[in-house]
Amino acid sequence: MPGKVEIRNIRKSYGSFVALDDVSLDIAPGEFLTLLGPSGSGKTTLLNVLAGFVRPDSGSITIDGTEFLTLPPHKRNLGMVFQNYALFPHMSVGRNVGYPLRLRGVSAAEIERRVRDALDLVQMAHLADRGVDALSGGQRQRVALARAIVFEPSILLMDEPLSALDKKLREHMQLELKRLHDRLGTTTVYVTHDQREALTLSDRIAVVNGGRIAQLGTPDEIYDRPRNKFVADFIGETRFLPVEHGASGLSLYGRPLKVRDEWKSLTGDTPWLVVRPERLRWHGEETDAANRIDAETTGVIYQGDSYLVTVRMPDGVEIDLRRGPDIAGKELPQRGQPVHLWLDREHTILVSDKP
Amino acid sequence: MTMTLDHPGTLPAAAPNADALQRQGARERRALASLTLPGAALIFVVLILPIGWLFWQSFFGAAGQPTLENYARMLKPVYVRTFVTTFEVSGLVTLACVLLGYPVAYLLAQLPERLAGLLMIFVILPFWTSVLVRTYAWLVLLQRTGIINTWLVDAGLISEPLPLVHNMLGVVIGMVHVMLPFLILPLYASMRAIDPVYMRAAANCGATPAQAFRQVFLPLSLPGLAAGVGLVFVLCLGFYVTPALLGGGRVSMWAMQIADNISVYGNWGAASSLGVVLLIVTGIILYAFKRLFRTENFGGTR
Amino acid sequence: MLSRPATQTQITHLQRLWLYVLVGLVFLFLIVPCLIVIPMSFSGSKYLEFPPRTWSLQWYEAYLGSPEWRAATFVSLRAALLTTLFATTLGTIAAYGIARVHGAVSSLARGVFMLPMLVPLILLAIGCFFVYAKIGLNGTTTGLVLAHTMLALPFVVIAVLSGLASYDMNQERVAQSLGASRPWAFLTVTLPQIRLSVLSGALFAFVTSFDEVVIALFITGGQNATLTRLMFANIRDQIDPTVAAISSLLIGLSILLLVGSQLLLRKGARK
Repeated sequence: MPGKVEIRNIRKSYGSFVALDDVSLDIAPGEFLTLLGPSGSGKTTLLNVLAGFVRPDSGSITIDGTEFLTLPPHKRNLGMVFQNYALFPHMSVGRNVGYPLRLRGVSAAEIERRVRDALDLVQMAHLADRGVDALSGGQRQRVALARAIVFEPSILLMDEPLSALDKKLREHMQLELKRLHDRLGTTTVYVTHDQREALTLSDRIAVVNGGRIAQLGTPDEIYDRPRNKFVADFIGETRFLPVEHGASGLSLYGRPLKVRDEWKSLTGDTPWLVVRPERLRWHGEETDAANRIDAETTGVIYQGDSYLVTVRMPDGVEIDLRRGPDIAGKELPQRGQPVHLWLDREHTILVSDKP
Repeated sequence: MTMTLDHPGTLPAAAPNADALQRQGARERRALASLTLPGAALIFVVLILPIGWLFWQSFFGAAGQPTLENYARMLKPVYVRTFVTTFEVSGLVTLACVLLGYPVAYLLAQLPERLAGLLMIFVILPFWTSVLVRTYAWLVLLQRTGIINTWLVDAGLISEPLPLVHNMLGVVIGMVHVMLPFLILPLYASMRAIDPVYMRAAANCGATPAQAFRQVFLPLSLPGLAAGVGLVFVLCLGFYVTPALLGGGRVSMWAMQIADNISVYGNWGAASSLGVVLLIVTGIILYAFKRLFRTENFGGTR
Repeated sequence: MLSRPATQTQITHLQRLWLYVLVGLVFLFLIVPCLIVIPMSFSGSKYLEFPPRTWSLQWYEAYLGSPEWRAATFVSLRAALLTTLFATTLGTIAAYGIARVHGAVSSLARGVFMLPMLVPLILLAIGCFFVYAKIGLNGTTTGLVLAHTMLALPFVVIAVLSGLASYDMNQERVAQSLGASRPWAFLTVTLPQIRLSVLSGALFAFVTSFDEVVIALFITGGQNATLTRLMFANIRDQIDPTVAAISSLLIGLSILLLVGSQLLLRKGARK
């Protein structure tokens, strides 16, 4: 299967600001890879380098072994979906989708067939003759997608394509994008700052920060094995608790901390315990497999489907926990009450400050 | 999944393609810059070159000898009178434009956008009408046997026709008519951009309407006013058509002096030096206004 | 009605009646000279009068019957159309270059293209006259069109730059990613979307050339005299009512252009 992308040593600086700092990355054929990071991290710059809209200072990109970086954008054969869709307002839906085919000198009959197929794929065939002004945000998104895939590009690039949609539509479109990718199998590079979107869609995620790739991995690797404090903080609702690194080993609030084996040999900087609120259990027993944390309830808020319970750690750090109806019958903690929380050894994550 | 490179920083720092990319970037910038070349070349040939030539020529006498006499001559009373007249007329016209134009822009800026757009026709139609046509109309209105004098005499208000044209008054009236849109349009645009919430805030703080206008609106509208004033003043300095037709030979302005030196006396040296000084004065005034009021885009209205 | 508040600061309409009166008078001052010539041009007497006591088309007949006026009109129209063509083309591609190339080159080019608007016309006129005398362009259509094109360039550049400023450059990027080369992307995607700005620039270019007097006064003459040159000489030397007929026609043209440009603006605003 073609479409293997090798990105090597991409550097781009604007004056003294380094936007991309020696970025290297491999993308497998057919893979859905997401560049995830805060704004200004360099993720969009990297996408624009791929598309040919930003010329880096140095570096190399090959697709199936052929150098690609020195090609002008229109010879790269990439489909791109922009954040604002960039549909041509002076063309109908059908003419928008047919534009890349007309550029390639495809015959009129063939264009008609392929435009219809592409629009069918995104369930927009019935609106082919509409002007783009008449379309809703979600419809524009679909047309932009159809236009980007109709010429069967080797790679599909998407720059925050869902960020302009409301939450409900966004979640719906995420699933549709995933289905479409499963069906077409086009190598896709997707940029977003929305971690949930990244987790939902991607085969792999590259977390980008400060012009570098902070971590590259599958969604569960990124979520469950964050490599550093930045990644742990950026993904999920995360609290950091200070771990003491003494002669007798690791401890948290004076109690020995039972961690997974891989952390036992940890040396160097004082680590932090990464706490994902949903991994904290309300009930547990003092065993080798679980850590007990003594905290105090400082607030209980009813939210319909669940309660939001705020607990305060001994050092003052507050964590919001969700308490669902599944433990009905058990008593709800009251404000001011002490509470015991349990964290399985299996779910302990330690990170250090250094990137 | 393929092999991944999790620690890009640990790779040896390489700079592949750096030269090729740099060359490409330079080539693209050159290609884009070259798009301006045909137009720029035309401006060079028909504007910069001739002006340079004038500048060069202004240092030579009638016999072709290098001299400063062209500049020394400007201190003669006949020229000094021209400069004084030019500044006098320009100043009067600018002042009249401010007094007449500010209230118009102010009122239009407060009206609903549709109504203001409709009333704007009163400003834009003159703007689109040829200066020559309008000057001709003023001549018809103001001359001894013109409409205004005929009416006034017929009404018995005056016994002799008033000298309304072929003098400074006629020139000023005609020029105000030409210049007024140049003041109103940028001023209106800048007043529209003033958020009315400031006036509400001022009133809320206890300012009377007059105080709110003086202390809040007026200062905020000054940059727009300055842009209009600067533009009108420099346009007046070099204005030819209206003073030449409405002055009746009795009002000698700078631009007319330059034209007469060519067409009547054939004195290129004198015309060149007058032109060079006019250009420098114009440049200084535009630059000063730009620096003082940060006004951009002179004349970007038409 | 008059006691209702008129502004944010609760001034009533009555309190600023003076403002309405003043603005009304200024509007009259602005509009009367533009319109008064029209009825006078239909005067039946040998002199201009207002209001005319008798009506006729004699001055229009005089205009159309004069070979001199007809030739001048033709010269002006031809020059204005050629100027529109050249200035719009050169100005549009220059504006694109200025908008896309960044840094010092862009601001330098921007400055150069504003020069024709900032340099006093009389200087351009005698400068052209002088240079044209050396290269034999005085009295030629080429010389006139070159000078007028130069004069019109700033207006086209300003109009197109403002169109490009509100244009989404991603449109052109997406066209490139879909396989269009840059010039082709400009022609098929950018140009159709900034066409109103280009058109209004073209309109300015036409008016700039057609109404221009001072340069024409110096570099045209005889067979090649423009309409404005002839009118200028006519107004200066005698008051020939034929000019009233021509002026009325020009005013009609201005109104047409004004309506046209307003429609363009309205269409642009709706988008």
